[in-house]
Amino acid sequence: MILNSEQFRLNVGLTEMLKGGVIMDVINAEQAVIAERAGAAAVMALERVPSDIRKEGGVARMSPVSVIREIMGAVTIPVMAKARIGHFTEARILEALGVDYIDESEVLTPADEEHHINKKDFKTPFVCGARNLGEALRRIAEGACMIRTKGEAGSGNIVEAVRHIRTIIKEMRQLTVLGKEELVHEAKLLGAPLDLVEWVAEHGKLPVPNFSAGGIATPADAALVLQLGAEAVFVGSGIFKSADPEARAKAIVMATTYYKDPQKLLEASEDLGMAMAGLDISKLPESELMQTRGW
Amino acid sequence: MKKRVGVLALQGDFEAHEKALVRAGADVRQVRTAADMAAVDGLVIPGGESTTMLKLLNFMDLKEPLREFAKEKPVFGTCAGAILLATNVENPVQESFGAVDMTVERNAYGRQIDSRVVQLTPEADFQERTGAGKLEAVFIRAPIIRRTGPGVKVLAEYDGSPVLVEQGRHLIATFHPELTPDSRVHQLFLSKI
Repeated sequence: MILNSEQFRLNVGLTEMLKGGVIMDVINAEQAVIAERAGAAAVMALERVPSDIRKEGGVARMSPVSVIREIMGAVTIPVMAKARIGHFTEARILEALGVDYIDESEVLTPADEEHHINKKDFKTPFVCGARNLGEALRRIAEGACMIRTKGEAGSGNIVEAVRHIRTIIKEMRQLTVLGKEELVHEAKLLGAPLDLVEWVAEHGKLPVPNFSAGGIATPADAALVLQLGAEAVFVGSGIFKSADPEARAKAIVMATTYYKDPQKLLEASEDLGMAMAGLDISKLPESELMQTRGW
Repeated sequence: MKKRVGVLALQGDFEAHEKALVRAGADVRQVRTAADMAAVDGLVIPGGESTTMLKLLNFMDLKEPLREFAKEKPVFGTCAGAILLATNVENPVQESFGAVDMTVERNAYGRQIDSRVVQLTPEADFQERTGAGKLEAVFIRAPIIRRTGPGVKVLAEYDGSPVLVEQGRHLIATFHPELTPDSRVHQLFLSKI
């Protein structure tokens, strides 16, 4: 079973170190330095933030190697980078480059519409998105050491992030009250391996940390998903598409630590300037959703 | 009575430490404010990102309370916590609390791809105090202790450098004992409280 492999344990260990932290999307070294100064636990190097990918269209790919290398040279915190779903060659390049974490991400244009990367073959840890428990467990079975609920990237709207974290938490809770024989049927419905379904039924949580992404734009948004059960947050367009990125980044870091303390959340929410604009997801055509990418 | 121990819960693997301390028999609390800190008799600074923790200690005015705490009570730092408690930090130079007389170099083994699990043979003294046997050590983007002062006692080494040291009531590990089921290192810390 994947959970017993030493490499997997080591990589889940790195994920543990990121808990209670904020992982920020950055497109160059200058933004990475601002993110680190604001208290980011890690940065995600990418070519365009999701809201720009959405606006400009075209194929979104792994970032240029030179940009990632520049970001790695600029900060001392872990650096993550995105590969397209199923694009194991992009992932191999990122591993050779030495990034600390690879995100097999629905934000980029998928390279394979049926298969994800066999992540067990890599030394570098992977994070994958999920909207529900079945998807999360399939990714873990493939070797993902962190799950992030997808939300809807680049929307500035927290509604999908909330839906996905609530769905996963509820589905896990339901498993804990089922009998052994019911779990086989449940594994079939979830489309997930039985050993992982049994593990979740016994522990009531995922075997890897569960972070939240896709739509976080304010300190209150970050605190909301943490209170719902997320263990850390990814913030994409929300920071560098706002009026005052450094102040907002700092405020979201503070809100992630003090997510249960309304007084501290109030302090974090003062004087931030305008948040990113945001989209009403119910008005987006199905073809423009990023969350439905991944299988 | 159980010993009351706090885990600095600003960022990082504080939950793993809480579980390890409970296994070792302590009464454990999360520490996020100066008031939380005042209510405990020993403090663990967990693994995570030392730069992030430093920013949060700064934003939240916790630096002075932490400095004062370490002057009187035991503190145990693992990985990022070890960096924060050193007298000097390199790669890059950054602020630290100087509770333990040592110089540490951040990310000294390399990036995540260079992280590793190894079996250490701790010094006889450690084994006599906590129980015999090897110690499994998980190193994750770990720092290396480059210098230790005369008051610092080395309890285990890896690859020629100290990885588990104590100075009086303080304890330092550059690896993560909270990520293994062996609770001897946490027991040693509790014995200092």
